[in-house]
Amino acid sequence: MGAFFETDHLAVGYHGQVLIHDICLSLEKGKILTLIGPNGAGKSTILKSITRQMAALRGTVTVGGQELSHWPAREMAKSVAVMLTDRVRPELMTCAEVVAAGRYPYTNRMGHLTPEDKRIVREAMERVHALELANREFSTLSDGQRQRILLARAICQEPEVIVLDEPTAYLDIRYKIELLDILRSMARQQGTTVILSLHEIDLAMKVSDFLLCVKGETIDAFGPPEQIVREHVIERLYDMEAGAYNLLFGSVELAKPKGTPEVFVVAGAGYGAPFFRQLQKRQIPFAAGILFENDVDTQIARGLSDHVITVPAFSEMTQEAYDAAASILRSCRQVIDAGAPAGSLNRRNAQLLILAKQQGIPVWKGETLP
Amino acid sequence: MKQNSEITIGGLARFTVVVILLTALLLWGLVLNVNTGSVSIPAGDIFRMLWNAAVHGQIDGSTAGTILFRIRLPRVLLAAVLGGALSVSGFLLQTFFRNPIAGPFVLGISSGAKMVVGITVIFLAEHLRQAGSGVLISAAFLGSLLITGVVLLLAQRVKNMSMLLVIGIMVGYICSAVTDFCVTFADEQDIANLTGWSMGSFSGADWESVKAAVCLCVPCLIGAWLLSKPIGAYALGEGYARSLGIAIRPFRVLLILLSSLLSACVTALAGPISFVGIAVPHITRSVMKTARPALVIPATFLCGSVFCIFCDLIARTALAPTELAISTVTSAFGAPVVIYMMIKRRRQEE
Repeated sequence: MGAFFETDHLAVGYHGQVLIHDICLSLEKGKILTLIGPNGAGKSTILKSITRQMAALRGTVTVGGQELSHWPAREMAKSVAVMLTDRVRPELMTCAEVVAAGRYPYTNRMGHLTPEDKRIVREAMERVHALELANREFSTLSDGQRQRILLARAICQEPEVIVLDEPTAYLDIRYKIELLDILRSMARQQGTTVILSLHEIDLAMKVSDFLLCVKGETIDAFGPPEQIVREHVIERLYDMEAGAYNLLFGSVELAKPKGTPEVFVVAGAGYGAPFFRQLQKRQIPFAAGILFENDVDTQIARGLSDHVITVPAFSEMTQEAYDAAASILRSCRQVIDAGAPAGSLNRRNAQLLILAKQQGIPVWKGETLP
Repeated sequence: MKQNSEITIGGLARFTVVVILLTALLLWGLVLNVNTGSVSIPAGDIFRMLWNAAVHGQIDGSTAGTILFRIRLPRVLLAAVLGGALSVSGFLLQTFFRNPIAGPFVLGISSGAKMVVGITVIFLAEHLRQAGSGVLISAAFLGSLLITGVVLLLAQRVKNMSMLLVIGIMVGYICSAVTDFCVTFADEQDIANLTGWSMGSFSGADWESVKAAVCLCVPCLIGAWLLSKPIGAYALGEGYARSLGIAIRPFRVLLILLSSLLSACVTALAGPISFVGIAVPHITRSVMKTARPALVIPATFLCGSVFCIFCDLIARTALAPTELAISTVTSAFGAPVVIYMMIKRRRQEE
């Protein structure tokens, strides 16, 4: 399938001042593109320019082979719907009326809603699980409910392209997931092309077919999430330390505690993770070992510590690994026994605990740190 | 069974009830207005005389007939048309500024009209001794537009509702200052004319002014009603309105033009009338429990008519034979509504 949505050397900005230039991207029908990047990088500016909320300074935006700037406003409204960050506060408008505003380009001069229009309004509200809000006054809703109603409004416009500026703002995690699921199914089932901006890079990774990394005067990177992660774009994009973004989990860790390890965590099988996080919160540098490469603990420990002793998966722990662990352990003031089950493969961890006792280093065992 | 909540868009039923009630009130008010005064005309006589005039084309020559056809009937009709027009003008301004407190009086537009009318009366009076309401309407219209333009320019720089009001009030003061300055050069007669005009009153009503009011207001009102659809969508904010295909700039120009025409027409024919433009649309919306412009605009017009003819009745009869200025009465009833609105909004925002 050929590209449905394209920008060609698009330049965007305010008052004739170019903020970002040479934006070139192309999307097939039914794909999801997410714009990520730090605050103030220009994500909203790009979204406004491709929806004609703002005039593009140079270059073109093409939808379905037609250049957007030549479209009559009403035709464009049938094809491109938006969800903005503007706070809307219409008085005395029910949710159904707000959603029905999406039918604007389809109704007659006085805005009369046909039964067909009403059916579409109803379906859009069902889709965002907000039908029960239909007759409630919009201004009395919570922020999260408002977002859902505004999404229903956009859906009800029956667009080929839907553009959403930070749609997950104000939503709690459950509704964030729900909203992204709705977008996903619109993309898959109706072939709607979805373009949105997100702050949550972990969610962006999971929902998007393509990522557009916005930072600086040109586009930092454009491609499938897997490629973006592989190239460590995320860390560069947000000026983060390497390792803070976990490739496998798509999760973000807070900054590593710096310095030589003070605590050694004897971990494994995910038992260590809660301790790693608690130590991070207290900003205590720690070491962890001995872990198999495929262990969950390994993934998390690496994001939080520079001193993680690992061995290859499915093989016995080696003497070298033990020696390395022991040498760090001796210099620690505290050892934590995370309580991982002991088996034949991880015998050496039990030895580490014995060593700690011999060295007179206190060993803590329990669920939370004192 | 799954609950089948029906989506109802409308309030059409409520609208019908409200319109019937308002129409009844309007008719009652019309009769009451014509009936009441130094000479009381019984309702039966009113209908008889109207019937004769309408069917036989005979205008009753009696004293009662003269009072009815020359004084009271044009006056009450003028009050009805202009009251409605002023209310719709306020509604359009509120839509434009997306601010329920906006109105021609609060934003200084009435003072602007007064300023230009004042200058016209004082400095150009000699050239247009015979000039009728046409010149005054033009002057008031020019003043309204001028000050609307100034307020618009300043409003672009402030997003805040209370700031907008402060600006409006300040602009109003500036206009009053200019008017007062000009008054220094005026002769007694002009001052009396201007003061009389600026008090606002329907007392000068004749068929000529009723005709002028109808000819100017009716097209504007129809125009406003035809804008119902974009006005409704505009309530969601400029961004969404644009994304729905509304050409924002022409739409806004049209809004402000219609609103200025309506308020200018009122100001020219009856002088500045305060608070009707803010209070009436608000009362209408709260009674109707909807903001759908296709319904709110006609209801606002009716409500404004009713409001003004009753206010005029009070102005005429409360301290008879002395007449109160119409603004005295409309302020007394309108200002509390505005205060209540401000308090209620503040509570909502918290």
